[in-house]
Amino acid sequence: MSNETRELSYSQAIQEALGLAMERDERVFLMGEDIGVYGGAFQVTGDLIHRFGEDRVMDTPISELAGAGVAVGAALLNRRPVYEFQFSDFAALAMEQIVNQAAKIRFMLGGKTSVPLVMRFPCGSGTGAAAQHSQSLESWFAHVPGLKVVQPSTPADAKGMLLAAIEDPDPVMFFEHKLLYKMKGHVPEGYYTEPLNQAKIRRQGSDVTIVASAIMVHKALEAAAIVEKEGISVEVIDLRSLRPMDYTTLIDSVCKTTRLICVYEGTKQFGIGTEVAAAIVESAAFDRLDAPIIRLGGADCPLPYNPELEKAAVPQVPNIVEAIRRSVQGRI
Amino acid sequence: MNDRINQAQTAIYEQLGKEKLHKALRQMHLIRQFEEGAEQAYMRGLVHGTMHLSIGQEASAVGVGIMLESGDYITSTHRGHGHCIAKGADPKFMFAEFFGKDNGYCRGRGGSMHIADVASGNLGANGIVGGGLPIAVGAALALKQMKKPNVVICFFGDGANNEGAFHESLNMAAIWKLPVVFVCENNKYGMSTSTERSTAVKNVSQRAQAYDFPGVTVNGNDFSEVATAAGEAIERARLGGGPTLLECMTYRHRGHSKSDRNRYRTKEEIESWIARDPIQIFQANLLAAGLIQESEVAAMLKSVEDEIEAGINFAKDSPDPKVEDLTSFVYTNKTSETSNV
Repeated sequence: MSNETRELSYSQAIQEALGLAMERDERVFLMGEDIGVYGGAFQVTGDLIHRFGEDRVMDTPISELAGAGVAVGAALLNRRPVYEFQFSDFAALAMEQIVNQAAKIRFMLGGKTSVPLVMRFPCGSGTGAAAQHSQSLESWFAHVPGLKVVQPSTPADAKGMLLAAIEDPDPVMFFEHKLLYKMKGHVPEGYYTEPLNQAKIRRQGSDVTIVASAIMVHKALEAAAIVEKEGISVEVIDLRSLRPMDYTTLIDSVCKTTRLICVYEGTKQFGIGTEVAAAIVESAAFDRLDAPIIRLGGADCPLPYNPELEKAAVPQVPNIVEAIRRSVQGRI
Repeated sequence: MNDRINQAQTAIYEQLGKEKLHKALRQMHLIRQFEEGAEQAYMRGLVHGTMHLSIGQEASAVGVGIMLESGDYITSTHRGHGHCIAKGADPKFMFAEFFGKDNGYCRGRGGSMHIADVASGNLGANGIVGGGLPIAVGAALALKQMKKPNVVICFFGDGANNEGAFHESLNMAAIWKLPVVFVCENNKYGMSTSTERSTAVKNVSQRAQAYDFPGVTVNGNDFSEVATAAGEAIERARLGGGPTLLECMTYRHRGHSKSDRNRYRTKEEIESWIARDPIQIFQANLLAAGLIQESEVAAMLKSVEDEIEAGINFAKDSPDPKVEDLTSFVYTNKTSETSNV
């Protein structure tokens, strides 16, 4: 199959990146719960244990706090750990090591060392797993200086950004929306990296900017295609990285379109869109705004089990379509 | 002193030899005077924030540290000045750090609670009780992956033994048979709460049974007991035998931190421990064994005093960090920093 047409799923792209990183650098190793012969709860590590052995694809006990801390300690000795959380929700058990240790050690030590690790977090709702297995907690981490937080939305970005994260000298929090795992897309062969500090314009438009992340990028693109028939031209920006955030791309886009909608799955309050909206009103784009900024985020409740309630708890395509219409009409 | 203890002491003294014994005694004095110098500097307003002094705990820091080799690592605690010196740090850069200066070990960003010297193998003190335990296990995993003949010493206090991180870390170190020695400095109180009130077992070392590796309790104020037990544990770890939990029973003469009003312990208890001062015990034993002379002790004390005085002066004369460098060292590469909008 030629390089131009080769398609992989999002999870296959991540697995390919992990394999390439381990082939390239003997310091890279994987840790996590049931990532060995089980292949990971979402089959992301798959058969990697058969290629690299159990010393490099290490099953850990169910001890997220120590698991995260072991990654920190190994990174301090210049290893390259990639720690998989089975669900991003379980990061709550490990926040001490992530927030107080991994994020701060370089700074507290006056730059005398770095903490080159990657933590992978399967996140998001839509699987009927209810409140403790469905959250989008990425903005918790984006609030912490010293961490990098990325959230690729396509298989090609997942591969390139994971390889960049593993190369990166600082702790990178890598969020993988679970509903994206089966999504297929073109993925270049071989080793390549994608930047960890740049947003990407997924669709050019002139009337309204939608800033979205992870699966919401795809929902925004669907909504943009729907309103195109009504003559509304939507620009869709895939944030890709929450920390650092590519403010320049966002500001330039809003200066052009004069309207902004932020779409994200995490709780609306204090969320990604809150930061984007604030950055826009602090910038030169403020004077260009022709309509109030709209934030579409997760409902103010834990994720429910019932499928209809679960859908209602996060932004869906019709919500985005409606928000676009409101925005261009200048109403809120 | 009974014969068995006497024999053990003789054995470790012979194993270490005069030069290392002198080095150990000097380090203990250096730690004591460093702490006293830091305390005075604090009183005079040269050090801000708080600090946790290890006066009275010098034998556990040095008894373990003297058994280490270059290439070995330690993780330390909020009461970590002694560990840092015992691992080979230079007090003048420690004072500079306490004074918040740009040439301190952490360039004035960490202070007392985050003192570290990665170059000498000290991965850092830690402001979080139990925070260093998983990190020590990770460092030990790295050593094993690199097939290095080295070990990690994980210092922690009695307070940490009830943190989840302690239990998760001991279990992981055990299942992977990692070269790490967990050294509990049991000074009887987690801030004000005694181990009797906080801990279900009599000795923290009993916790090792749950993870199926050796747990030992020693008199932490006796250098030779600490060094003997640490030597055995380090050897075991070096040879691939896995972790040991070594509990050193000791006491901090000062309060927990600068806010402590000593409401939870009696004057009599404090005095009974001061009477068992680890430095005086070690020094008297060396003198009795003829391994050091009074004149050598006097010269040693003078050189320590000079080093402390020079260190404080160095720190006073050192430059402050620049405010415009406030956000340096958050990330390794400049391009990672968030640009202001």
